[in-house]
Amino acid sequence: MQIKAMRDVFLTALHQKMATDERLFFVSADFGAPILDKIRADFPDRFINVGIAEQNLINVSVGLALEGFTVYAYAIAPFITMRCYEQIRVNIAILSQLRPMNINLIGVGAGVSYSLSGPTHHCLEDLSIMRTLPNIEVFSPSDYLLTEAYVERSIACKKPKYLRFDAMPMQAICEKIENFNQGFRVLQHGSKAAIIATGYMSQKAQKVAADFDVMVIDLYFLNAYDLDKLHACLKAIETVITLEEGFKGVGGLDSEINSKLKNKQVINLGFEQKYTFEVGSREFVHESNGLGEQDLIALLKIVS
Amino acid sequence: MIDIAYLKERAKFLRVETLKIHKAAPEVRVASSLSPVELFTSLFYGKLLHYNPVDPRDENRDRFVISKGHGSICMYPLLADLGFFDKAELNNVCKSGSFLGGIPDPIIPGYETVNGSLGHGLGVACGMALALKTKKSAKKTVVLTGDGELNEGANWEAIMCAAQHKLDNLTLIVDYNKVSMLDFSKNIIDLNSLTEKFNAFHWDVYEIEDGHDVEQVYNTLHRVLSAHKQKPKVVIAHTIKGKGVPFLETHPLSHILSVKSEDIDGLIEEINNAD
Repeated sequence: MQIKAMRDVFLTALHQKMATDERLFFVSADFGAPILDKIRADFPDRFINVGIAEQNLINVSVGLALEGFTVYAYAIAPFITMRCYEQIRVNIAILSQLRPMNINLIGVGAGVSYSLSGPTHHCLEDLSIMRTLPNIEVFSPSDYLLTEAYVERSIACKKPKYLRFDAMPMQAICEKIENFNQGFRVLQHGSKAAIIATGYMSQKAQKVAADFDVMVIDLYFLNAYDLDKLHACLKAIETVITLEEGFKGVGGLDSEINSKLKNKQVINLGFEQKYTFEVGSREFVHESNGLGEQDLIALLKIVS
Repeated sequence: MIDIAYLKERAKFLRVETLKIHKAAPEVRVASSLSPVELFTSLFYGKLLHYNPVDPRDENRDRFVISKGHGSICMYPLLADLGFFDKAELNNVCKSGSFLGGIPDPIIPGYETVNGSLGHGLGVACGMALALKTKKSAKKTVVLTGDGELNEGANWEAIMCAAQHKLDNLTLIVDYNKVSMLDFSKNIIDLNSLTEKFNAFHWDVYEIEDGHDVEQVYNTLHRVLSAHKQKPKVVIAHTIKGKGVPFLETHPLSHILSVKSEDIDGLIEEINNAD
């Protein structure tokens, strides 16, 4: 199984699209990737680096999108969401309700994928704050193949979107993608309980649940999935565990699921409401917040 | 050749109509809507902007971003007069269900962007100007900001970006009325010298000494909008907040002051009788 970074796969596919679709425009806030060097070399008229200026990244991208370009705005996840949140609210969430715009905000560094860089680079608030804005689709992929599949949707679905990419190269969970637009997929069947996870946590859920009679669901369209199908999947399940790399109980994946699955017992797993300054591996940061593999296994033993 | 007397008459009309709206809807910001009257007059009635009331988002229009949203209520009578929407709507400003609110939004035909929060227009306009260049369109992008909103840092990100990318199809007009919400701007964040600041940021800088002399305003804007020196352009228009209402013209709190309803008819008469 290959190991790939989401951004590399997405940008490689986008580079190909840019060759034939002159409406695609890329805007970076001085954040790069090897394949991005190719994009700016091959399409200098449709690439701009606005510098370390996320507010302007959003505003310039909006201006381009209003003029009909399909825009990709690119920066580190906590900065593209929180440094310029009001620009996103005013010029994307509010304005797009009146004027159509196809704008894709690509944030790299979901959750604690930049585990060594500390609290400024840990992105644990974005799922809740982006989900609370009307008119923006939130995409939280769990592997590079889903990310690659999203390139088509990023062009065809003409609305604002937030793409939350992991920073670390990872393997693909499934070789084949089916029913992509359903917004979730079942990674493992089981009868005693179900874990609903998103992003990197879907990979982790699949790993820790392998020896348990527990269903694992990967939810990647956080606010644009097929709810009826999800209900159908969970029909025989009474206990659901939500699992996310985000602060717990403040509006992220857990809030979405709690509000939709009212007749089930739902256990929410996520980060405590505090910042983690003691750096280490991703697993170390998870363990510091009660989300280590052993913590999860202990819980699965109880529910199954 | 433009008829300056006609522009003067239209400026007077906008000032009077703005006061009428304020009388019916005291919630609207009147002082900051009186300082840019001659700027709007020259751009629209002077036909310095290409616009289309029948199809406000016509691809062939010039893009006009009114970043100082609160202070543009005089655009309501202007847009109605030019046929962007029915004049009868002017009776509904700030009434339930009206699209003409206390702060204009792009639900109003003629408005491009959301302007209720300050400091957003210039960056979006940079994106529009860049897009027009990329599309090889000859249409121009014009932005109006207040001076107080230049306190917002996002403007300076955009100011650097516009210069870097030589957006000479972008013109910023600053309604430099020198009063913010709670005081004269010099006592809050003194912008002097705004000219030197823009020069230092590599913009092509112009000034209008009297932003209420419609001939001066028209002639300067006419010259600037057709200039192309491989730089973004800024016109610093020295204006008076509350122009036409004597007690507002010198008051540091003019932004939040309303004109008494019973005084408005007298003020309108004075404006109509003035030269």
